[in-house]
Amino acid sequence: MEATETRTEPFVINLGPHHPSTHGVFRMRVTFDGEVVVDVEPMFGYLHRGIEKLAEGRTYTQIIPLTDRLDYLASMTNNWGYVMAVEKLAGVPVPERAEYLRVIVGEMMRISSHLLATGFLINELGAFFTPLMYMYREREKILDLFDMLCGQRLTYNYMRVGGVSHDPPPEFWPAVKRFVREMPGYIDEYEGLVTTNEIVLARTKDVGVLSKELAINASASGPFLRATGVDWDLRRDDTYSIYDRFKFDIPVGTNGDVFDRYMCRIQEMRQCCRIIEQALQQIPRGEFRARLPHLVRPPAGEVYGHIEAPRGELGFYLVSDNSIAPYRFHVRPSTMINLTTLRDLTIGWKLADLIVIFGSIDVVLGEIDR
Amino acid sequence: MKSEPEQKSKRSKDKKRVFGAGIARGLRVTMKGLLGRAITTSYPEHKLVVSKRFRGNEFVWYPARCTGCSTCAKSCPHGNIEVVTRRGNNAYEVEKFEIDTGRCMFCGLCVESCPYDALCLGRGYELAKYRRGDLVLEKEAMQESEKRKPSGYFRPKIEKTLPAQTLLIERAGRKSRKKKESVP
Repeated sequence: MEATETRTEPFVINLGPHHPSTHGVFRMRVTFDGEVVVDVEPMFGYLHRGIEKLAEGRTYTQIIPLTDRLDYLASMTNNWGYVMAVEKLAGVPVPERAEYLRVIVGEMMRISSHLLATGFLINELGAFFTPLMYMYREREKILDLFDMLCGQRLTYNYMRVGGVSHDPPPEFWPAVKRFVREMPGYIDEYEGLVTTNEIVLARTKDVGVLSKELAINASASGPFLRATGVDWDLRRDDTYSIYDRFKFDIPVGTNGDVFDRYMCRIQEMRQCCRIIEQALQQIPRGEFRARLPHLVRPPAGEVYGHIEAPRGELGFYLVSDNSIAPYRFHVRPSTMINLTTLRDLTIGWKLADLIVIFGSIDVVLGEIDR
Repeated sequence: MKSEPEQKSKRSKDKKRVFGAGIARGLRVTMKGLLGRAITTSYPEHKLVVSKRFRGNEFVWYPARCTGCSTCAKSCPHGNIEVVTRRGNNAYEVEKFEIDTGRCMFCGLCVESCPYDALCLGRGYELAKYRRGDLVLEKEAMQESEKRKPSGYFRPKIEKTLPAQTLLIERAGRKSRKKKESVP
């Protein structure tokens, strides 16, 4: 019998924009050879709202609620990055207490954001939404506290130029102390669920390995970069706010695979708890908002302010022409720049791995499309 | 691009422990969750108390305090507030005060900027409407009533009178020794 040659040809699938595993409205045009990924072409812009342009027609205070809508899973840090850039531009001093409040809410935001990142990792491995509910439970507690602080659960609009909008109510402090006390126990619980699970290990170890060189060349940042072994964290390496007053470690991975990214996030959550604990001990009494005129009018010039957001370096570039609105407003989105490595990460892997690798970058489309 | 056998050999290196021990550990966590108390509520029957500073989707407007200065309209990022005034005797009379809540993002900047505490955010959150036009709130519809209560967002006096918020951490947190916590 003579073996007949089977004719094969690459197969193109549009993953998204309404696929449940694409974290929003992200579309990947994937070419498959059988089940193996041959080519990935990311397409975005489905959530484009023109925030950068909208901001040019609004006063400096009115832009703060717009920044909430960039990375909608970490609104507090978006607010923070933006107001820090404006403060740098206008030379506004920030009261001590406001800085501490910013650190406390910023680190809580980081915990909440990483909780979702780890939760959706399991979701993408096939455990549909049930294990994610463990992470949602703790995130809910954080959102409750933010709700108490500023009245909303997703779009906080909490920071202002020269401070924060509210002082926390008295019942905030026992709740946040209790949260910080209990959180490490819950992180142990997640580790019991995920870290030692053989199925998770088989699916994530050595999958989607990002090399150090590629990570640096692509200017990746955040836990995505640190998982490859590059020890780079803006909180320590370009200290902003009052991070030099706290003792914390920066977890660094070795391999740069999906599992390392997950472990980096888990360990970062523990460090966040440490920072909040120290901040709660050190926080002074006093003013929480600098006295400023109703409309901020920074001198003409340009500024780039950046912070370590949960997903990486989040930068704001502002150009002022000495009016009440910025002349140019540009965002350096952390996840979009991390996403540029997607093609190199996924080529050669199977479809099921593609979903996991893409999820491990932890993208938020609000920030990518703006 | 890695070939399949290479991947497999790398993966098998990690399996030093008994297979299944990790899964058993995970199941212990789930069993604990099974035996614990439910942390959810069945929503339409049981409702949670919202935060004191809740930025709900209704506004409360006090005509007696409003001077028609339009600071709220100026501070609105989207320009949703429309104020029309008429020259009365010795003061301006507010002829029209409309908020288009269909375009509102409830940032609260209008409430923050009001110099006379005449505009407050509300505590409601179930305001689905059939028509877009119904979302435009007018003068009469915005006044305080039994159903329409102001929230304490940027109104510390109102905040003190409101009931405490339901916190998940108090309902579902671990049992801990009660300690007096100091307020920094």
